Amino acid sequence: MKTLRLLAALAAMAPGALQGADIVIQNAKILTVTRGSLEGSILISNGKIAQVGEKLMIPAGAQVVEASGRYVMPGIIDCHSHIAADAINEGSVSVSSMVGIEDVLNPEDIDIYRALAGGVTTVNVLHGSANAIGGKCSVIKTRWGKSVRELLFEGATPGIKFALGENPKRRGSTPSFGATALRYPATRMGVEDVIREAFTEARKYRAEWKAYDARKAKGERALPPRRDLKLEPLVEILEGKRFVHAHCYRADEILMLLRLADEFGFKIRTLQHVLEGYKVANEIKAHGAGASTFSDWWSYKVEAYDAIPYNAALMHKRGVLVSLNSDSAELMRHLNLEAAKAVKYGGLTEDEALALVTINPAKQLAIDSRVGSIEAGKDADLVLFDQHPLSNYSKVVKVFIDGELYFDREADEKARIKDELRKRSLEEKQKKQTPARRPA
Amino acid sequence: MRHVVFVLVTALVAPVCAETPGVLAVRNARIFTASGPAMERGTVVVRDGLIEAVGANVPVPADAWVIEGAGLTVYPGFTNALSAWGIPRQADTAPPGRRPVAAPLGPVARGPEDRPLNTSWVTAQELVQPGDPSIERARSGGFTSAVVFPGAGIFAGQGAWMNLAGEKAGHMVVASPLGQHLTLRTSGFTSFPGSLMGVFAYIRQVYLDADYYKASREIYAKEPRGMKRVDYDRALEGVLAAPRVLLPAVTKVELERMVRFGAELKRPVVLYGGHDAARAMEAVKASGFPVLVNLQWPERPRQADPAQEDSLRTLELREAAPAAPAALAKAGVKFAFYTGGLEKPQEIRAAAKKAVDAGLSREEAVRALTLSVAEIYGVADRAGSIEPGKIANLTIVDGDWFQERAKVRAVIVDGVKYEPAAEAEKKEEPAK
Repeated sequence: MKTLRLLAALAAMAPGALQGADIVIQNAKILTVTRGSLEGSILISNGKIAQVGEKLMIPAGAQVVEASGRYVMPGIIDCHSHIAADAINEGSVSVSSMVGIEDVLNPEDIDIYRALAGGVTTVNVLHGSANAIGGKCSVIKTRWGKSVRELLFEGATPGIKFALGENPKRRGSTPSFGATALRYPATRMGVEDVIREAFTEARKYRAEWKAYDARKAKGERALPPRRDLKLEPLVEILEGKRFVHAHCYRADEILMLLRLADEFGFKIRTLQHVLEGYKVANEIKAHGAGASTFSDWWSYKVEAYDAIPYNAALMHKRGVLVSLNSDSAELMRHLNLEAAKAVKYGGLTEDEALALVTINPAKQLAIDSRVGSIEAGKDADLVLFDQHPLSNYSKVVKVFIDGELYFDREADEKARIKDELRKRSLEEKQKKQTPARRPA
Repeated sequence: MRHVVFVLVTALVAPVCAETPGVLAVRNARIFTASGPAMERGTVVVRDGLIEAVGANVPVPADAWVIEGAGLTVYPGFTNALSAWGIPRQADTAPPGRRPVAAPLGPVARGPEDRPLNTSWVTAQELVQPGDPSIERARSGGFTSAVVFPGAGIFAGQGAWMNLAGEKAGHMVVASPLGQHLTLRTSGFTSFPGSLMGVFAYIRQVYLDADYYKASREIYAKEPRGMKRVDYDRALEGVLAAPRVLLPAVTKVELERMVRFGAELKRPVVLYGGHDAARAMEAVKASGFPVLVNLQWPERPRQADPAQEDSLRTLELREAAPAAPAALAKAGVKFAFYTGGLEKPQEIRAAAKKAVDAGLSREEAVRALTLSVAEIYGVADRAGSIEPGKIANLTIVDGDWFQERAKVRAVIVDGVKYEPAAEAEKKEEPAK
């Protein structure tokens, strides 16, 4: 029934109702995250936040959204999600850097709309963790109703997924897959070796291209190397053009990966899950990696046992850039409440807690000049809550992306009735068209 | 004057007979030429397998067998734009009473270089058996030809325009190879590609490899001395031989995705599936890719659990699919029909009629079964319409094919007349 309602809602959503003209959200309690809180108005112009202040001049023709008693925060950013894609894992091989989420993005995945209804406006859609080096990732905005091209976050640095520990080694040691299906590696040592070998190969590949370019520059006859779509993204990592988002749990494997990256001269952009990060926060800080973790989700497997709810706060206090992610289409609908837990566990301030799901993940994805806080010049990605977003009782009322209204609770509720009727009538019609066949 | 008047009777006992006069004329029939407007009364003359003349005032040659066309409609031979007709189905090798054993997995593939699920070099004519029962059944339904694809794997092989009559497969081939048929199969979790993402990466790498292979071999051919030879790769040879790529796309998401992906391949692309085309029209039209529309419309499964609820999206697609051809026609996108999983002539006709009921004109529907197929595959210079000089493939129907009671009276394939197998459908229906 829940599915039905949301599906019904999607058809009725008509983004663009507030498109084009300037918009003023007035009399709201504004949580800027980076510049404290105030009671006042936000002027949106051409999809950007034009002004934020206690008293603003309302331009002629501007649409006014009355928000007294309501809270506005920046659109929530989820640094680890698997929504909006028709495939997640290319688990057949230990290095699957040739595959990419962008090829299988599904802009009609209902989870996009549900995330939107939870205030999420930007998502890092990651490949799964079935292999040591996984596939390429896509940063998207939850622009429901738009095409793939419009879903993609313009200019975001491309990423790739790595994975350590149990998941990438499982296929090497689980006989139930069948003897021929066993896949190297079977141990944590093997995972390290797979990554080292892949980058050794990538270095060689880069050298081949450099040699070819040199010969060509001299005017010599030379056959170019064969383009290898598996190695190209790894070369991009070596050159700092692609971010590594590494799934990890244990302190020992975290240190292993940071040292391996140092050895090859590249950076781990974010450690994902990183449940034992609190043990090696100094080392993470020294490498410059971000940490994207859960608030209180653990013990679902052996390597995820030694976890504490203070992880995010402890890493943050050691100077690590920390975000809270969902890794789940359900959890991502209430990331504001996940952030609230960091106030209870670890005593972060409200702004620090909100930063875990806004400006911090924006920095981790290097999109903080565009999103993550309410500041003039940034994208108008804004969420209206009926109560303080760190309260259990809060609900999302409206969501704007680029100044466009993408979710409106009232419109959603109205649309459900209409779509329910449409659905019933189609069902009846189609049941008549293909009556059940009688048994022979 | 040898003037044999051939009287068509609905003789139930008539065997499938191939009449073989060299010259044949259909006189005073309604004629859909596909290339021009329909003629209410006209004559078609066929000589030695080719159309000699067509028109309102064409004289019947003295040496012709004549079919009196009053009440008949003559169409260009219907052609299935994507099929496996003529290729014998793989026999079930499991001994009776035993559960069929899963086909042995090939060696585990570790990446695109292992060329998994790839039979790009296989051509349809290698597999077509002229005696396969699907050929006679297709003729009984009014089809004279089909673009046949071998159909297995991701790189499923090369298609050929086959005329649906002949003693040898070689005689049936009108043009080959016409395209590489791609599907989105995966190998399961343990062998590459194990996901839809992997399939895309695989196809992309193979086309890159093919271009690289071609360029390397050309360089080598110019000056072999001093250069290491390039290994022969049949998978790449197959890819290079095919003049176009067929990509599957049914839903809006798939159509838009394949429009993006197809552009990357830098080769002529044909999309197949097409049911959600109306919603993806902007992208499809801008791509310039023609669309093969599957006549097997999505339906509520007859054995569906009565308590099962379909999503609104699924319901809407079922509703919209038969209107896709009309939308494509309106947008000016080139499209043709293929029969998908439909086999019985009545089902195929009913499916085409649904598209007509949803707003497609009969002329456009006929075109999608004839000239448009030929144009999409680049063989309109020899087939697809009733014009002098083209191959004499004709479908002759008593009345209007789209009417339920209309009977296919005969098909003419390469100038040879075949009558429908009487009772063919009854025989096929297994006793329940």
